[in-house]
Amino acid sequence: MTDQHTSQQDTPLAIRVSNLLTYYDGRVILNNVSLEVKQGEIMVIMGGSGSGKSTLLRYMLGLEKPDAGHIELLGKDITRMNDNQLHHMMKNIGVSFQGGALFGSMTVAENIQLPLKEHTKLDQKTMQIMSQMKLEVVNLAGFENLMPSQLSGGMVKRAALARAIVLDPRLLFFDEPSAGLDPVVSAELDDLILRLRDAMNMTIVVVTHELESAFKIADRITILDKGEILICGTVDEVRNSDNQRIYNLLNRKPHTDAVNGDEYLQRLTGENIEY
Amino acid sequence: MKQKIEQLGKRSVNALEELGYAVSILYQSLYWLVLGKFQRQPVNLPLIATQMMQIGVSATFIVVVLCFSVGMMLAIQGLETLKPYGAQTQVVTGIALAVSREFAALITGIIVAGRSGSAIAARIGTMQESQEIDALRVIGINPVRYLAAPALLAMVLVMPVLTLFGMFMGMFGASVYTFFELGMPIEIYMSRSFEVISLSDLLQGLSKSILFAVLIVLVSVINGFQVKGGAEGVGLATTRSVVMSISAIVIADMLVTFFITRL
Repeated sequence: MTDQHTSQQDTPLAIRVSNLLTYYDGRVILNNVSLEVKQGEIMVIMGGSGSGKSTLLRYMLGLEKPDAGHIELLGKDITRMNDNQLHHMMKNIGVSFQGGALFGSMTVAENIQLPLKEHTKLDQKTMQIMSQMKLEVVNLAGFENLMPSQLSGGMVKRAALARAIVLDPRLLFFDEPSAGLDPVVSAELDDLILRLRDAMNMTIVVVTHELESAFKIADRITILDKGEILICGTVDEVRNSDNQRIYNLLNRKPHTDAVNGDEYLQRLTGENIEY
Repeated sequence: MKQKIEQLGKRSVNALEELGYAVSILYQSLYWLVLGKFQRQPVNLPLIATQMMQIGVSATFIVVVLCFSVGMMLAIQGLETLKPYGAQTQVVTGIALAVSREFAALITGIIVAGRSGSAIAARIGTMQESQEIDALRVIGINPVRYLAAPALLAMVLVMPVLTLFGMFMGMFGASVYTFFELGMPIEIYMSRSFEVISLSDLLQGLSKSILFAVLIVLVSVINGFQVKGGAEGVGLATTRSVVMSISAIVIADMLVTFFITRL
């Protein structure tokens, strides 16, 4: 156990988010968020709607520039990278978006081959073989010539995953992989995520609000609330937490803040109330 | 009053922001078109060919029909106006110059803005809403290189060709009406038109068409990239893109014509 613990501590970091601070319209969205993900680890980021979990993912992917703080992927600070450096970094990253984000004007196979066309000089035949292999990994063999609009929700997610892993990335990000899927398909996707980590030793970050899925796949869980990290720990640490907000989230209990009457009236009328 | 001034201020700031964004898109598109190959991120040639087909070949018929009609309309007006002075044959000169310098480029620009500009805005807007633009970025593909640069080059290559078609069809339309009205043979009308048009007239029309091409692409692309609010947002951006493109074309045409006539 001690050896295992030491080996866990020695594992190099794949992702390091340091003191991330972001605003939108003058409102704080992520407040001093710091997070570390080790190589080969599955980190699940959870939180209620509006907690900032999807925003955090966008910053980790380099889609937004933070107001303060740093984000290191594989030891390199992406907040200081120019477009060319980011272009090369993206070879190491695969992303499966919530709605799949498959290109509607391309077939499934063309979608999967796009990263290969962009980052490699492979011939068409090799690219076809590689896309075929990835489709088999996600159990979509035979669907390569269909358009995304001809696929079901679960198939779209699996095709998006095939595209995400086609370059064998070291980091794999999922945004709400189970959203909109029935429980069986959702469980299949969870198994697939675990298989990918075991087979390819990928570091995986999953943003979700599905508790069952999170507990099944996570090595560690980070819970965000109102742009701040409430807890970052193992599944047991999260389950045993005595923090009321975490308890509410895990037990699906709504949390209501005490209402200040004056503030509420001011919000409604937009005017200062004087007595 | 204070609110109105604030609104005016906000709109002015937004307009300036959009202008800056358009300049940035133009700069980035030119950068990728010229230097992309050296960065090992070339602009996709098949995409340019596809866009040329969509913008050019598909628009040819409507450009032909509308320019023919405009030419005929100019002939009707011209002959009626010149009749009292007995100078009806001078209609050839007037129409040749008007069509080559002005109308062919303008009509083609308006048609392409309505057809292809709206299609570009709708396509990019839909991609924005379905996170396809984000997907491009995480794959490592710059969206401007992939979406704006091919459209810009395709439009700049195709618009002058369509405008040339438009010029020919405008004069042809006028010649057909003049044949029926004055009995002037069509081949005589056309050869006299070609004699009247100088190289500078031709270049004036063609250079305007290139300017319009750039305006249509920039307006459509910035509207597409700024889409928010689902399907309604895409619809609004498409409408806005068409209105803004046509306005930009007409205003730019007026300014360019003003400066050219002062040279």
